[in-house]
Amino acid sequence: MVSAHAAAGTATPRGGGTGRGHYQVSDGRSANPVPVNLDGELVSEDLDVPMAPPRRTGAGLAGLEVSELDRSEKFAMMRTGELGSVHSWELVTAVDGPGTRMTIFFNGCPLRCLYCHNPDTLNMKDGEPVTAEQLLARIKRYVPAFTATKGGITISGGEVLQQPAFAARILRGAKELGVHTAIDTSGYLGEALTDEMLSDVDLVLLDVKSGDPDTYLKVTKRPLQPTLDFGRRLARSGLPGGVGEDDPVEVWLRFVLVPGLTDDVDNVDIVADYAAELNEIRPGTVSRVEVLAFHNMGIDKWESLGRRYELKDTPPPSHELLERVREQFRSRGLTTY
Amino acid sequence: MTTTSAAADTITTAWDGFTTGPWQDTIDVRDFIQRNYTPYVGDDAFLAGPTARTTKVWQTIAAMFPQEREKGVYDVDNKVPAAITAHAPGYISKDDELIVGLQTDAPLKRAMMPFGGWRMVETSLKTYGYDVDPTLQEIFSKYRKTHNQGVFDAYSPNVRAARSSHVITGLPDAYGRGRIIGDYRRVALYGVDQLIAAKKLDKLSLDTQVFSEKIVREREEHAEQIRALGELKEMAASYGFDISGPATTATEAVQWLYFGYLAAVKEQNGAAMSLGRVSTFLDIYFERDLAAGILTEERAQEIMDDFVIKLRIVRFLRTPEYDALFSGDPTWVTESIAGMGQDGRPLVTKNSFRMLQTLYNLGPAPEPNMTVLWSAALPQGFKDYCAKVSIDTSAVQYESDDQIRGHWGDDAAIACCVSPMAVGKQMQFFGARVNLAKTLLYAINGGKDEVTGKQVSPAVAPVEAGKALDYDDVRARFDKTMDWLAATYVEALNVIHYMHDKYAYERIEMALHDKEVLRTMACGIAGLAVATDSLSAIKYAKVTPVFDERGIVVDYVTEGDFPTYGNDDDRADDIAVELVEAFMKKIRTHKMYRDAVPTQSVLTITSNVVYGKATGNTPDGRRAGEPFSPGANPMNGRDTHGMLASALSVAKLPYEESQDGISLTNTVVPTGLGRERGEQVANLAGLLDATVGGNGYHMNVNVLVKETLEDAMEHPENYPQLTIRVSGYAVNFVRLTREQQLDVLSRTFHGSM
Repeated sequence: MVSAHAAAGTATPRGGGTGRGHYQVSDGRSANPVPVNLDGELVSEDLDVPMAPPRRTGAGLAGLEVSELDRSEKFAMMRTGELGSVHSWELVTAVDGPGTRMTIFFNGCPLRCLYCHNPDTLNMKDGEPVTAEQLLARIKRYVPAFTATKGGITISGGEVLQQPAFAARILRGAKELGVHTAIDTSGYLGEALTDEMLSDVDLVLLDVKSGDPDTYLKVTKRPLQPTLDFGRRLARSGLPGGVGEDDPVEVWLRFVLVPGLTDDVDNVDIVADYAAELNEIRPGTVSRVEVLAFHNMGIDKWESLGRRYELKDTPPPSHELLERVREQFRSRGLTTY
Repeated sequence: MTTTSAAADTITTAWDGFTTGPWQDTIDVRDFIQRNYTPYVGDDAFLAGPTARTTKVWQTIAAMFPQEREKGVYDVDNKVPAAITAHAPGYISKDDELIVGLQTDAPLKRAMMPFGGWRMVETSLKTYGYDVDPTLQEIFSKYRKTHNQGVFDAYSPNVRAARSSHVITGLPDAYGRGRIIGDYRRVALYGVDQLIAAKKLDKLSLDTQVFSEKIVREREEHAEQIRALGELKEMAASYGFDISGPATTATEAVQWLYFGYLAAVKEQNGAAMSLGRVSTFLDIYFERDLAAGILTEERAQEIMDDFVIKLRIVRFLRTPEYDALFSGDPTWVTESIAGMGQDGRPLVTKNSFRMLQTLYNLGPAPEPNMTVLWSAALPQGFKDYCAKVSIDTSAVQYESDDQIRGHWGDDAAIACCVSPMAVGKQMQFFGARVNLAKTLLYAINGGKDEVTGKQVSPAVAPVEAGKALDYDDVRARFDKTMDWLAATYVEALNVIHYMHDKYAYERIEMALHDKEVLRTMACGIAGLAVATDSLSAIKYAKVTPVFDERGIVVDYVTEGDFPTYGNDDDRADDIAVELVEAFMKKIRTHKMYRDAVPTQSVLTITSNVVYGKATGNTPDGRRAGEPFSPGANPMNGRDTHGMLASALSVAKLPYEESQDGISLTNTVVPTGLGRERGEQVANLAGLLDATVGGNGYHMNVNVLVKETLEDAMEHPENYPQLTIRVSGYAVNFVRLTREQQLDVLSRTFHGSM
């Protein structure tokens, strides 16, 4: 969707600023376009430094019909999960789970992270009303692509569990289509994920934003404990007698590394210990850890929303810092990127 | 078959060990392949690296590239006009070469090919500082008429106007049309004598038919073909090879085949001089020699490496204007690799891998234009290897094997970028393309050009001032303008190909075809995404035209949201589909020269930049002069829902209505494919399965970060081999014009932000 200015020309995609988001290419990773030199020797390929891609939302609802309903109808349908507040969707590879995925960004989040990359998804009222039926029809369209790429859907946000009834319908519908499902969550609203929903989730991308409770509070304005409890529940659910005994849920633990904020050795150690603990509860629970490098590419979104961005002067983490932190996870036997 | 008993003996030896079949009695390469090839379903572990010899030869020639890049050409023969036998043998490093033969007597020395047009030769010589021989000038402007002269003798004023206003562009009226693939494999399998004998029989059948212009033309063409085959033998003999009989070993098979191709590029400066589908054919010879113990894997690879070195240095004398249309000095030595057979066996052989392996052994390069005919049914080992090569070199393009096989059989190959044809049985009349975006502006302006103000298409009242554009009204106007465009365009193409056959006939390429050839008239459209988004803006948002003092609409005020092509949003994508169908339908209503079957492509090559330059502001918000997106690509940056969504939008364009191909170029950053190598390979192979393995037709895959390209612009000397796919072919990035480099940088880089 392009929204044009009243002035002639210069149409820019909706969402302004980072609307042309995927023009921007990640931090100075050296790639491998010329891995072979003139002598025919293989030149070393810097494949070991793929920094975690920063999160971003897609750009619009292309192809999804926005429901036109009055207020009371809307609320009634949202309660039953027939209707959700959706920011956008996109098809991405290797970012939000395995294979090529349809990532759906829900609107509404209880956290107020200092570095939030998607401040335009914070409030539920800012999203567009989309029916579960519409969204599932779009998911169905991509089943062949998910099969070919060993991908699936990822519900992100915002916070997926802010709209549990809607999420439940989408997850159930996706499973009925045989689609691999992932949710990307802070875990803060973990209690909203019923056992029934849990059995429809194949993968949880669990964002543990800090190990130290005070730092967590500072970063997100919310307490850490619910996240920790949620992760442990995920681990236990796959044990004998648990809801996921036959098909245990997989966890990719994510940690956003912000210099001067979350990079303290002790802080990272706590997160790493926690990840290791989950694997002690049930081996293999955390199959991968992703250390995401802070970037402030979301800054223009904050500005366009008229809000102050506190981390304006914070630099992205250095390669050395990223490696130090990854090593803290790796030393506990965790597969870490 | 009229062969002497001595030749028959050679044939018996040459064909020793091959499974017999109808291919022995008639010219039928496909039958030979099907009965004799060995599918390979393993991985790349068997491959060999470059030998010291290979590296030496490559370095010798590569050392000459900087000077060539600097000057534009390395050297030109400004005395001897090109012909199959015009030049003495030439070598890169005589004692080291396994496969020999150059276009002229020295590497990178370009030849004059004046039959397409003397002006192109003369301009090129002057541009690069070479003297123009007055005798040659007199011959080719006074005594020997060229294709270019013929065309301009017969163009109507209407065609001239459409041509000079750039609504029809890139027509092959001053240069060789190309896009004809000789079946060079025939030279290896049968030897030239058998081919001559078969052609003589064909001619005999023509000699007995009563007079018609068609019969006389075909008799004359056959006489030319037979003459060209004789010259091919003579040229090979000058290098010390007797190719009158079939090749007896793998080295000979490659050499014989290459001589066939070399004869073609010695004589024709075609826009695309594609190779065909040779790897799997050659594999049969490699397998026979490997089984007999007279060849090692290292040697087999070395032969392919040496062959590819030759293919990389095919050069033509062309003007800078030509380069603006087709940048980076491309020759489109397209080689079609893999695909599936009609019987369900993969046409993947070890030699399919060896062909791609040359990109490692010699480093990445744009030529030969490596084209994999992709099917979801290909063996996984090959799929993974392709993905790996793409990630490492960005030098491979993929086309839908299912579509191509379904329409043209399992021995079809790509000419140029995306044009499929059954090898040796089909050719095309290359037709460049029309500018659909500009045509839309003509529809709005009552047939006047938005830049010059001239009346180009038939005059009708322009849209009303002060009122928002009405979709139905604009679409109806557009339809009428497309009627005129289709008629004018086909008229131009008919004239061009009549004259090309008459003055610049491709004798050796056609000698390597059957007697009965299916001809297609390959029309094309550019600016599809701009036209689509503009119509979408008119339909879904409010677009008000802005008039200048001449009363011409020169800009648009666009208010509100509108869906754009490239996001798998049917509202926009359906407009694109409808335009493709509508224009093809109009093309089909016209009479074609030589009863050609009309087709069209959605392809721009790199001319999306010049087409954009010639087109004013458009209702989608694109500014005057800004490049179009290439081929069938969505407009740069407007495909915001990911690479797959973008590809799925393009895949909606119906191949039935665009049988000359639909081009899509994608760039993805490495991390957009995965965290580590294995994941990247699996994800890219999966994406290809979901696109060209699904309903898509074509995909160029670049795996690059933007910073590399930016650095290459600043320090071209550090990136001599940086290869990127642009639009159906690959180029050396550092050989693009600055404008084209910036265009590439402005394209969507899919993947993590």
